[in-house]
Amino acid sequence: MVAPHGLSFDVAHMLAGGLVLVSFMMLYQDRLTALLHVLALHAFVLALSVAWQAHIQDAPHLYIAAGIALAFKAILVPYALRRMVFQMGLHREIETVGGVGITMLAGIALVALSLEVMLPVTAHTDPVAREDIALALSVVLIGLLMMVTRRNAISQVVGFMSLENGINLAATGARGMPLVVEISVAFSVLIAFIVIGVFLFRIRERFDTIDVGALDRSRGGQR
Amino acid sequence: MTGAIWSIPALFVLAIVGTVTAKTPAGRIVIYGGSLLLAAGLLIAGFDALTGPVQHLRLPLGLPWIGTNLRLDALSGFFLVILGLGGGGASLFALGYGRHEHHPERVLPFFPAFLAGMATVLVADDAFTFLFGWELMSLTSWALVMAHDKEPGNARAGFVYLIMATFSGLALLLAFGMLAGPLGGYAFDSMRAAHPATGTAAIILIVALIGAGSKAGLVPLHVWLPLAHPAAPSHVSALMSGVMTKIAVYGFIRIVFDLLGPNQWWAGTAVLVLGGITAVLGVLHALMERDIKRLLAYSTVENIGIVFIGLGLALAFRATGFQAGAALALTAALFHALNHTVFKSLLFFGAGAVLNATGERDMETMGGLIHRMPRTSFAFLAGCVAIAGLPPLNGFASEWLTLQAILVHPEMSEWGLKLMIPVDGAALALAAALAGACFVRAFGIVFLGRPRTDAAAHARETDPWSIAAMMGFAALCLLAGIFPGVVIDAIAPVARGLTGARMPVQLGDAWMTIAPVEASRSSYNGLLVFGFVTASILLTVAVVHRLSRGVRRGPAWDCGFPDPTTASQYSAASFAQPLRRVFATVVFQASDTVVMPPPGDNRAASIVRRIRDPIWDTVYAPLGRGVGWIADRANKLQFLTIRRYLGFVFGALVVLLMALTLWQ
Repeated sequence: MVAPHGLSFDVAHMLAGGLVLVSFMMLYQDRLTALLHVLALHAFVLALSVAWQAHIQDAPHLYIAAGIALAFKAILVPYALRRMVFQMGLHREIETVGGVGITMLAGIALVALSLEVMLPVTAHTDPVAREDIALALSVVLIGLLMMVTRRNAISQVVGFMSLENGINLAATGARGMPLVVEISVAFSVLIAFIVIGVFLFRIRERFDTIDVGALDRSRGGQR
Repeated sequence: MTGAIWSIPALFVLAIVGTVTAKTPAGRIVIYGGSLLLAAGLLIAGFDALTGPVQHLRLPLGLPWIGTNLRLDALSGFFLVILGLGGGGASLFALGYGRHEHHPERVLPFFPAFLAGMATVLVADDAFTFLFGWELMSLTSWALVMAHDKEPGNARAGFVYLIMATFSGLALLLAFGMLAGPLGGYAFDSMRAAHPATGTAAIILIVALIGAGSKAGLVPLHVWLPLAHPAAPSHVSALMSGVMTKIAVYGFIRIVFDLLGPNQWWAGTAVLVLGGITAVLGVLHALMERDIKRLLAYSTVENIGIVFIGLGLALAFRATGFQAGAALALTAALFHALNHTVFKSLLFFGAGAVLNATGERDMETMGGLIHRMPRTSFAFLAGCVAIAGLPPLNGFASEWLTLQAILVHPEMSEWGLKLMIPVDGAALALAAALAGACFVRAFGIVFLGRPRTDAAAHARETDPWSIAAMMGFAALCLLAGIFPGVVIDAIAPVARGLTGARMPVQLGDAWMTIAPVEASRSSYNGLLVFGFVTASILLTVAVVHRLSRGVRRGPAWDCGFPDPTTASQYSAASFAQPLRRVFATVVFQASDTVVMPPPGDNRAASIVRRIRDPIWDTVYAPLGRGVGWIADRANKLQFLTIRRYLGFVFGALVVLLMALTLWQ
């Protein structure tokens, strides 16, 4: 049990809060390259947060989880996405992100909602885990919001990755999560990334764009 | 546990062997021969359990915190006997009948698995194992129903069956969930120990009645049965009608009589109402039917109704503290279940033999088969006499016992029972009489008269295996009819276990007389009736032979036979016409319309008969339309953009989270 207002609590709280903040930064990036940089930063903050959890929980296996997060999510995936963007010649494109103000307000509302949901439910647990889980839920919700508001497939992938980071944060905040879960989550993300990457290229090949609206037109759906 | 219980895993192995050997010529011999032996094993295990002590076995399979619990008591033993008899008979019949199967690979692997599923239900001692066996039984029988999926109507039959089987499994799942209670005691032992509150017990009883009843074919849950049972190959039809419906009866008895403990009197009333309606509606449907296998399936509905009348009486008597009456009613129900297995299997075998010989299921195309298939027709006749409830065969013995249970009831104070028991007595009597007419019609149209088509005229007698199976069951019908006391005494441990009482010992009485309560009130002697019937027949034959000058064949007397076409004979429709006028105009809205072509049109005039199923029209058709309406509305959801789908997920999550917040 960590003292409610010790240093370790404050740092954990700060890192988790930082993750939420970086999530907000993602919401208004309209250039893909910049968005990918923010994604790398997001994963980096996650890795720091996991490492800090490893420190205060005395759980050395979490260092491995932090290493995985750093290697895969902060470096490998953003780099690969960046290469993809350059290959497709999208690095100069500006994505129209409709209504930044409204999106940000919605994000704030989501954070408020997740705190409102989680804090009473977890009233009797370890305060570190409690704050962590509440903030992790807001990261997940903001990631979903991002997937809903963007049209570009790569931005949707970024939204998905940030959502996954939120799940990771929640998992490490809870004590006693076995390492195998961490590793399998990390690998599933990697697999998902590969599959998505392949799909992106296929979509691009066929439709000359990765605006998901083109997919809908091709299916003959209602717009 | 008894060594013979190893038949169950052996049946699973046989099913796997079936997938490999199905296409080879030896596959049929291996699978049906093996099933025959293993069914004999189940029969032995059943006899052991009927007389021996309760046996337990816990296997480290299945869910880790429950395991697989098996238990053999008198009740499972009795139904294992039914399963062994029905399964063995069907296997023996199929040794010959299976030769005509065009796609053996679609039947052979599922047949032993079907038997294994039913046996698993019978020996299960926890909800998980029970439901596993139950679903295995449903799925394998569905696969067998779909074996001839290209024939018209079979795909729909399979579809309706699958829906109803899922529904019944779901209902039982609910019942077990409530029996297990909040602590999740899924082993039957802990369910027996727990005593649910009165309201919960009522819901459990109703849900169990729905779950088991829809498998057994209780009206209004019977709609799948007359579609699915005839669609399967005939030996499987025999298993489904003869045995699977009994497994459903077992499920009901196990849950309501054993696991649930004491019940309220209204439970008996509810079961009595459903049983009475089922018996009468089932036989009325059977009377209107011209497809021989569907006729038999509807007759199964009727007999299930009779069994449930017995069960309802037992519940009512048990609730009012009249234990001897409860034992009598339960014995009657179980006896009738056993009898129905024997004669319904026999009749389905006969229908299968006829189907093979003529290629037809429509009775209007048959006729005169008694000359072409004398052995089949003899066995079929025995089955008809038994199912019509004529002494001295077994159908009479059990229906008589059920009537005795109705007559024995003391003064009841509960209005529902006061009303329902006499009404059910009338319903039972009506059903028995109509069943008589129904099977006179079935036998007469199929086997008597002159052949109505070339196919019937050139039919050939079926193979020796099938004859052996049918003759064996015919002999069982006779034996159980002459010596009902043996069966009643064998059922006694079951009745004592579930009602705390038993019927008086029957074997002590002289000359195999049976007396339900005491000999001074009423008694029946099958042997005496048999002797009397046989003696009078022999006497009549002797007298006729003495007076006449042997059999002569000459031209038919013209006044009786003015028209040489076979169409002038009684047909299935014309035989049933008076009864259709009396009953079906109201119940089924039957109508006969004469279509008379206008002058100049040279089409033949015709009579169009229309029969509507009131249950289908009032319950299932609106339900189907409702589902279709919702599906039409939901269809729009199939053509949205990806972002909108994501938006739905997102919106649903947010709404649920908000609901959670407000709810706190």
